[in-house]
Amino acid sequence: MSENILEVKNLKAYYDILKGQVKAVDDITFTLKKGEILGLAGESGCGKSTLASTFISRKKPLKYISGEVDLVGHQIMEMSEKEFKKLRLRTISLIPQYALDAFSPTKKIKTYIADLARQHGVKTDKKFFDKVKERLDLVNLDESVLNRYSIELSGGMKQRVIMVISTILDPEFLIADEITSALDVSSQRFVATMLANLRDLEIIGSAMFITHDLSILYQIADRIMIMYAGNFAEIGPTDEIVENPRHPYTRALIDSLPKVGIQYKDKRLSGIEGTPPHLLNIGEGCRFRHRCPYSIEKCEETPPREKVAEGHFVSCWRWKELGSDLSGKK
Amino acid sequence: MEKNNEIVMSVQGLSKVFKSGILNPEYTVAAKDISFDIEKGKIISLIGESGSGKTTVGKLILKLIKLSEGEIIYKGKNISEIEDKEETKEYYRRVQGIFQDPFATFNPLYRVDRVFDMIFDSFELGFEDKDQAIRDALYDVNLNPDRTLGKFPHQLSGGQLQRLLIARALLMDVDVLIADELISMLDASTRIGVLNLLVESCKKHGMAVIFITHDLNLGYYISDKSLIMYKGRLVERGDTKKIYENATHPYTQMLFEAVPEIGERWDPDEEFLPEQVVKDVKEFYQENEGKGFVEIEEDHSVLFSDK
Ligand SMILES: Nc1ncnc2c1ncn2[C@@H]1O[C@H](COP(=O)(O)OP(=O)(O)OP(=O)(O)O)[C@@H](O)[C@H]1O
Ligand SMILES: Nc1ncnc2c1ncn2[C@@H]1O[C@H](COP(=O)(O)OP(=O)(O)O)[C@@H](O)[C@H]1O
Ligand code: SF4
Ligand SMILES: [Mg+2]
Ligand SMILES: [Mg+2]
Repeated sequence: MSENILEVKNLKAYYDILKGQVKAVDDITFTLKKGEILGLAGESGCGKSTLASTFISRKKPLKYISGEVDLVGHQIMEMSEKEFKKLRLRTISLIPQYALDAFSPTKKIKTYIADLARQHGVKTDKKFFDKVKERLDLVNLDESVLNRYSIELSGGMKQRVIMVISTILDPEFLIADEITSALDVSSQRFVATMLANLRDLEIIGSAMFITHDLSILYQIADRIMIMYAGNFAEIGPTDEIVENPRHPYTRALIDSLPKVGIQYKDKRLSGIEGTPPHLLNIGEGCRFRHRCPYSIEKCEETPPREKVAEGHFVSCWRWKELGSDLSGKK
Repeated sequence: MEKNNEIVMSVQGLSKVFKSGILNPEYTVAAKDISFDIEKGKIISLIGESGSGKTTVGKLILKLIKLSEGEIIYKGKNISEIEDKEETKEYYRRVQGIFQDPFATFNPLYRVDRVFDMIFDSFELGFEDKDQAIRDALYDVNLNPDRTLGKFPHQLSGGQLQRLLIARALLMDVDVLIADELISMLDASTRIGVLNLLVESCKKHGMAVIFITHDLNLGYYISDKSLIMYKGRLVERGDTKKIYENATHPYTQMLFEAVPEIGERWDPDEEFLPEQVVKDVKEFYQENEGKGFVEIEEDHSVLFSDK
């Protein structure tokens, strides 16, 4: 399987609820190379966390519909839960969104780590804790944190502890879901840089870094994938996505980011009018069409995923004709 | 153009100490010796890490908690001395807050219209046609009244609910609006719309806004003045451009180094540690002992030492 550690093809996973299907992951295709950090961005509710859950847990009502996921040779969508469990932490590891909130205030950090390790069938002997201490040192935490309670640690420190445990078995693929969102800017920088360091040190193989904050992805991601309302919008090398976005949504997203040096008084940034569609029983067509300034009749049909350049793909009927200069209106 | 700025509120030497525990009480100095003026129609960003005391300052101004020391002067009057029922009501009308989680402000069991009914019931707002006034205010914040009124909170998005609260503030002709981490739960594409709206409303209606955030870029984008807080202290204060161009306090400098920006990558060779700033600030204060809070240029002051 060449040097890709992950190959995802036409993956669909829906929430099966009483009223129908919430199509939160709908036809997602991408690959991840060894050593690569892929950033995943998109509006709240577009299906980023659902994509992560599709790989890992698929708890009800989330249901796998179709498509393939090849993780270093394992067809993980076809594996039984029992089989898959053996891959957890070793081959694939997830830092869930809101993991910070999951710390129990009455447990010592040491207990928290031990419980988590045991859940994944890892022996918590001296050797294990020696490794934990080594890794804590790597993230600039003193081993004394092991004997402290979570309320004594700041959000940034807790997030470092979480990173240490999630990567303790050197997973080939790490999914980090919004690990910087609840942190102060200083901890954001530390934690994001840490993710890149873990990759450089080959403690983790590759990573998918989920966040709604494109400016953090710009710092550490090799490539960026943009999702919109459960669909794939665009994927490409970070600089390409930022400088030559091909999808109108990507462009709008980048244009709405404030930068130091731009004040309202001097230059007004523009956002995107309207809100994303509801994903319940959503039908055909480009899901961005009601907000897209370039939409045409053709956009009532779902656009195919097309190749722009090596490693750069986009789903938009008009990407060629519009070019990357998306400033003009239709 | 912008001379003779009218000061609506003046915060002077504000401090708040929280006491927790009864047997062995612990004291937290959440805010200490905070002073600044709020000018009519101006936006002030209040920036700092979590726990630095931003919300505390907001709550003190909103008269939601009692201050330990200092004074807040609103239109010439010390707000601690407002005891009269009518005056208190008037204060709560003119000085309002919108908080981080808009869902918490709405009762999920009632249609969103209730937030408007409540203000019309409680205050003499002086509109001839109440329904028309609400519709106008909703149009002002880019909401379609027909698609907003009559809905339950869960049927609207976070951004829509926040716009609804801005509309309410406009109806009440608020003088000072405290927006605490207002847009932190919104997406980049939606939040810029809410921000633009906030600035427009504020210029149009002469409403002053204290915009609490930890996002430096957003603070820069919308504010005229900035306040930087660190561990309960106001460490830098003044004209937003001046602070951003000439950040002087080590904490402010660290913030600028850490903020992620498109087009500028963090230096990978630089060892960046959030813990470092604690030492840097301590050293800075030691080197400058006795100096205190100093104006280093017009409309730009820095805390050089905490003693
Ligand atoms: N248990 C569930 N049942 C039904 N629908 C769900 C469920 N969980 C999530 N959804 C819906 O699936 C969609 C995708 O949600 P998801 O949590 O993956 O978004 P996200 O991109 O991670 O958002 P955020 O940036 O807010 O974390 C949303 O429309 C959401 O309302
Ligand atoms: N009601 C309270 N009782 C005790 N301590 C409090 C209370 N509210 C805030 N604090 C403390 O005051 C400090 C400042 O908090 P806050 O104003 O909420 O900061 P910010 O809004 O900047 O995150 C923190 O140390 C916080 O724990
Ligand atoms: S397919 Fe049509 S509606 Fe969708 S992004 Fe492209 S132009 Fe816009
Ligand atoms: Mg999520
Ligand atoms: Mg706060």
